[in-house]
Amino acid sequence: MKFILIYDGSFEGLLSAVFYFYEHKLDDASIVKKENSQPSFFYVDEEIITDYGKAKRVWKGLSKKVSVRGREKIYKAFLSEIPTIENAILHFIKRTFSSEVSIENDYSDPIILEIDKVSKKVDREKHRMDAFVRFRLTNDGIYFATIEPDFNVLPLNTEHFKKRYADQKWLIYDLKRKYGIFYNLQKAALIELEISAEVNSTTRALTYFTVDEMHFQKLWGIYFKNSNIPIRKNMRLHIKHIPKRYWKYLPEKKF
Amino acid sequence: MEYFLIFGNTPNFAMDFNRIKEKLRILADAAKYDVSCSSSGSKRENKNNGLGNSSGMGICHSYTEDGRCVSLLKILLTNHCIFDCAYCVTRKSNDIKRAAFKVQEVVDLTINFYRRNYIEGLFLSSGIFKNADYTMERLIAVAKKLREEENFNGYIHLKSIPGASDELMREAGLYADRLSVNIEIPTEKGLKLLAPDKNRKDFIKPMEKVKNEIIQYKNEKSLLKKVPLYAPAGQSTQMIVGTSGESDAEIMYTSAYFYKSFNLKRVYYSGYVPISHDNRLPAIGTPVPFIRENRLYQTDWLLRIYGFDVRELLNAEHPNLESDIDPKLSWALRNLDQFPVDINKADMRMLLRVPGLGVKSVHKIIAARKYRKLNWENLKLIGASLNRAKYFITCDSRIFEGKDRTAAQLKGLIMNGCESKFRKELNTQLNLFENPSFQSA
Repeated sequence: MKFILIYDGSFEGLLSAVFYFYEHKLDDASIVKKENSQPSFFYVDEEIITDYGKAKRVWKGLSKKVSVRGREKIYKAFLSEIPTIENAILHFIKRTFSSEVSIENDYSDPIILEIDKVSKKVDREKHRMDAFVRFRLTNDGIYFATIEPDFNVLPLNTEHFKKRYADQKWLIYDLKRKYGIFYNLQKAALIELEISAEVNSTTRALTYFTVDEMHFQKLWGIYFKNSNIPIRKNMRLHIKHIPKRYWKYLPEKKF
Repeated sequence: MEYFLIFGNTPNFAMDFNRIKEKLRILADAAKYDVSCSSSGSKRENKNNGLGNSSGMGICHSYTEDGRCVSLLKILLTNHCIFDCAYCVTRKSNDIKRAAFKVQEVVDLTINFYRRNYIEGLFLSSGIFKNADYTMERLIAVAKKLREEENFNGYIHLKSIPGASDELMREAGLYADRLSVNIEIPTEKGLKLLAPDKNRKDFIKPMEKVKNEIIQYKNEKSLLKKVPLYAPAGQSTQMIVGTSGESDAEIMYTSAYFYKSFNLKRVYYSGYVPISHDNRLPAIGTPVPFIRENRLYQTDWLLRIYGFDVRELLNAEHPNLESDIDPKLSWALRNLDQFPVDINKADMRMLLRVPGLGVKSVHKIIAARKYRKLNWENLKLIGASLNRAKYFITCDSRIFEGKDRTAAQLKGLIMNGCESKFRKELNTQLNLFENPSFQSA
């Protein structure tokens, strides 16, 4: 009999589902986010209640056999939000617990390799956000940026920005997922609030942002234009490095 | 303006934006031929809740339309210059607009760009005004102000001005993450021809001083707890390619010498972009040698990361790199007796020498072969470029390429099997040689 374990979409929820899998000695199951689940006649649906204690136990169990990097890979793969990634993670965990030695580098297993590749993609997107976030100084003295990353990487970016901008207030807001990370000079925390894309409209800019802000964006545009060597123009390479979907957040691509 | 009072981080005086814009136009344009834009390899962490951190990996915040990384605010302090080097836009005799930043203006630009996450830091170079020391002092003044007044821990790359005194080079390294002097012309005779005011000795002197300071820093660091950082991201240099008839061997031997003698982190190669009607140089309109530049970088990587010795790749018999294939493949074709390599047994050194295997694939192969013997399917999934590698390896499979082919046959097979990103350029180059009117040019 095949089970469908439905969880709430949180990482702890996913680990709780893994706990359930072992607790009930299931042998065939797939794990699905609630928002992606569809009722079915052939399988048994089981709604998982997120339990931090159980999630922690699974994570602890993994720590004994999987390196920090290996565990990061699992978390990053999860953040990819790819609809079937939960089953790849379950496979990774099943192989880990059934093996004496760590299997995290067994790239001859296509699913282990898949986890590795997906986590690299998430890493790349995280790195892109480190690079492409553009702060604008608001009238309230907060450096503010909006993003819409392909994967849910904002939790991975927090440490980077906290270390770097320790002496300025900042807010990075994910327009797609409707939450942000706000740093208030003491700590960085996740905040849920409604900000509409209207904040990015150029006509309303001065309502939210300082006068100097416009000058610095312009200066950055000038710098960008003048550091280019026209005879070496290579738009294919340019677009490979900055795919067009990111352009709307980059002031240098607006002038 | 009221918000200055509310928010302490904005500059405490109003900038003259129009004036700054004009200066930035001129002085960014003049700095763009310096190709280095690296911001990695430093160890400077955020301290006292100040601004910035350069302990992580480098970040390219943008890319210019020519596809180059924009990581640092790369500008000249001024493009006034007392020298007249033929290959340089800023040369004294060139009729161009000149400008100079004030120290505070560079500081404000850097801080405001950094706070908006446009850049990792500053790369400050300069034309030489008055003399070497006077210029170097101004560069140091900017770096010092950023570190001490702005509590800035971002990345700073300063140019070492040829001929600058030892005392100033010592001071520069206390504030900068990286220092660099561009040797520009790979051979001494080329330098004499194109930059008669300049002297190899003047480049070497600051480089030597910085090298010794870094060694001293490392020694002290192993003995004492608190030693101020000294140029934690090391030194680099740059050579212009295609100005003085030098061979690839001359360039790479110079490069290998500088890597070895001065512990350089990087040597950059910059295909010469014609900017002058001077008859000592390629005329305006001459194509930039992109392929050659790329092959030199590939060779540089083979030296630094793949464990090759420069003499294996370039020597009296082979003074120039082949332009139609990469230097590793070229080496392999000359050394077919060392192949095929068994992917399940070979050591890392030899795996790295297989055409089509990069560092990442090699690491994956070494990790994965502990679990089982690898076959073609595994190698493909791992990401090896089998279209080249398959002729040089064996794996857990009975099927493999016969090894009784000549180098020329292999080269033909491989070139037919893959698409070079330079196909267009390579074709036009061949056409150029076929066209007699170009041969005499």
